[in-house]
Amino acid sequence: MKVVADIPSYVKCRHTCEASLSASRCFRFRQLLKEVSDEELFASGHRACSGCACALAIRLALKAAGRNVIVTQPTGCMEVVSTPYPETAWRVPWIHVAFENSAAVASGVEAALKALGKKDRVKVLAFGGDGGTVDIGFQALSGALERGHDFVYICYDNEAYMNTGIQRSGSTPYGAATTTSPPGRESFGNRTFKKDMPRIAAAHGIPYVATASVAFPLDYMEKVKKALSIRGPAYIHVHASCTPGWGIREEKSIEVLRLAVDSGMWILYEVEHGRERVTYKPAMKRPVEEYLRLQKRFKHLTDEHIAVLQQYVDERWKEVFGEGPSP
Amino acid sequence: MREMLHGSKAVAKAVKLCDVDVVAAYPITPQTPIVEYIAQMVADGELRAEYIMVESEHTAMSACIGASATGARTFTATSSQGLAYMHEVLWIASGMRLPIVMVNANRALSAPINIWNDQSDSMAERDSGWVQIYVETNQEALDSVIQAYRIAEDREVLLPVMVCMDGFVLTHTMEPVDVPPKEEVDRFLPPFEPEVKLDPEEPVTMGALGEPQWYMEFRKQQDVAMERALHKVKEVDAEFSRVFGRGYGVLEEYGDDDAEVVLLTLGSLAGTIKDVVDGQENVRLVRLRLFRPLPEEDIAEALRGASVVGVLEKDIALGLGEGALCTEVKKLCYDYGIDARVLSFVCGLGGRDVRMEDVEHAIQVCRQAARGEKVNRTTWLGLREVAP
Repeated sequence: MKVVADIPSYVKCRHTCEASLSASRCFRFRQLLKEVSDEELFASGHRACSGCACALAIRLALKAAGRNVIVTQPTGCMEVVSTPYPETAWRVPWIHVAFENSAAVASGVEAALKALGKKDRVKVLAFGGDGGTVDIGFQALSGALERGHDFVYICYDNEAYMNTGIQRSGSTPYGAATTTSPPGRESFGNRTFKKDMPRIAAAHGIPYVATASVAFPLDYMEKVKKALSIRGPAYIHVHASCTPGWGIREEKSIEVLRLAVDSGMWILYEVEHGRERVTYKPAMKRPVEEYLRLQKRFKHLTDEHIAVLQQYVDERWKEVFGEGPSP
Repeated sequence: MREMLHGSKAVAKAVKLCDVDVVAAYPITPQTPIVEYIAQMVADGELRAEYIMVESEHTAMSACIGASATGARTFTATSSQGLAYMHEVLWIASGMRLPIVMVNANRALSAPINIWNDQSDSMAERDSGWVQIYVETNQEALDSVIQAYRIAEDREVLLPVMVCMDGFVLTHTMEPVDVPPKEEVDRFLPPFEPEVKLDPEEPVTMGALGEPQWYMEFRKQQDVAMERALHKVKEVDAEFSRVFGRGYGVLEEYGDDDAEVVLLTLGSLAGTIKDVVDGQENVRLVRLRLFRPLPEEDIAEALRGASVVGVLEKDIALGLGEGALCTEVKKLCYDYGIDARVLSFVCGLGGRDVRMEDVEHAIQVCRQAARGEKVNRTTWLGLREVAP
């Protein structure tokens, strides 16, 4: 029998880059675009669903990072959709090893770059979904942050295990329906609030932590650039919707994500060397219900549960913005 | 230079001689002195390596994978629970064809928790795609680490290598060890230069999704690489022997050339068995050094003329009622048409001392079988007597 011999264990990346985002009318955006890569380092043609905000989170991060970066990725949607052998959507060096070890692999990449004298030229960027970050990859991430590796970890948070078909994670919000936190006679959906991963990351005393949202690409890319420019570990937690997981129409991703921020369900801030700063303050606080009503995962919630969420948001809003604008 | 060295220090010296770039390790008894010696070498500037003191063995292997993929020569060491904790990533290291070298200080697996020597930890990883070498002495541990990089990094092979040494028996015991000069090792082991690596100059994707239309070819290639590794282990050892004046082969034979009883074992237990064999007629020891890939042809040749083969090993395949190596010997006897009775002798589990009397008892059972007397297919040596 003839063996299909010598198929490489890796996939070579092609470099045909299309121009993009050039039609933006925003001046600040155009300014930033001068600084970010105008090439698409996360190529089109990958298999993500249309309206996938996680794919956008990666595309925008790579624009901010540019070409001189090595990316580590855990098992999950973004790995599956982007690298069906022998194809790849990655035009930067990329490695996937397992589910729980993106940060651990990044530690090794960073140490190797140091040992080989290449650390000054090449940055290390680790991605992880919320499951791969706040649950199964938590220990590896904590270890890598504590050891002080010079790398940036970006958690794209779609608030459940979407790759395996929408199971709850430690980052699933209160009340959300998932296949393992379904509403029923004895259940109103997920009983717990989101694990506050950015604060946990900040508690490691690392030089930079930020939250971001795909609906605020400028804010997000600026944070990625800043994180990469700071020596030492940096952590960015970016809110990114999942159309089937959240039960939203594909053209609604950005609108929903924006409402998350405008309602206070997600707050954009950064912690630089221990100093905390809010990077976006909504002009008007929108009721949480507006955010919830756009998504099937919350459609079963009663007024009582919505009130619980509203109260949770109000408390955090007060903490961050003071009394501030009200609906 | 000849020095009195603990096995763990011999390993650390080998790591230094090999100019390892990245070490990622987590402490576990009895591997600990290995990582301590390496840490001291790095602290003293004797070894210019990045040393990542990780938070778990899973991360140790994951970091080695990341570092190796980036083009660094990597090393780690572990034992027992640590190896078991690495299990998932061991398969990925070999599947991604990364030439990582690891020393496993063989120790029993829990439960009950036990820190002492046996070989059930590495035996449990026999299908993980790692080359496995079992050493008998501290000298062989040092030499095997050097050889391991040559084997692993060979472009015809590209497989990770596990050097297995008995915990405490070797790691914590002093023996005279000849430490070869650095220049000679440099000539023997050229710097690691992988064909592809994670590099922005030439971006590649590593660890892609292998769907059903590709997965089998990846596995087949690994199996082919294992076959190549068998030749490479012999070739590298022969060259090593020419340069350094010491060689080990894939197995070692000791005792009567035409014995009808042949004992087979792995690792440091060979020392005790050799002492027993010295005082007996008509018995030969085969000390298997290479366990993965299993050198079946060489073993078949070494079993020539045997009417009974006694496999003394420090592991038990639960549910099979015998040691794992014993089963494999039976299998190769079938393949090679060897008409010998193969008996299992389970011994030394959890650090139970294997005394000369135990080995003598094993030989006695083998001789009974050779005379056609009825014997059990498996004998547990040195087991506490239990009232019927």
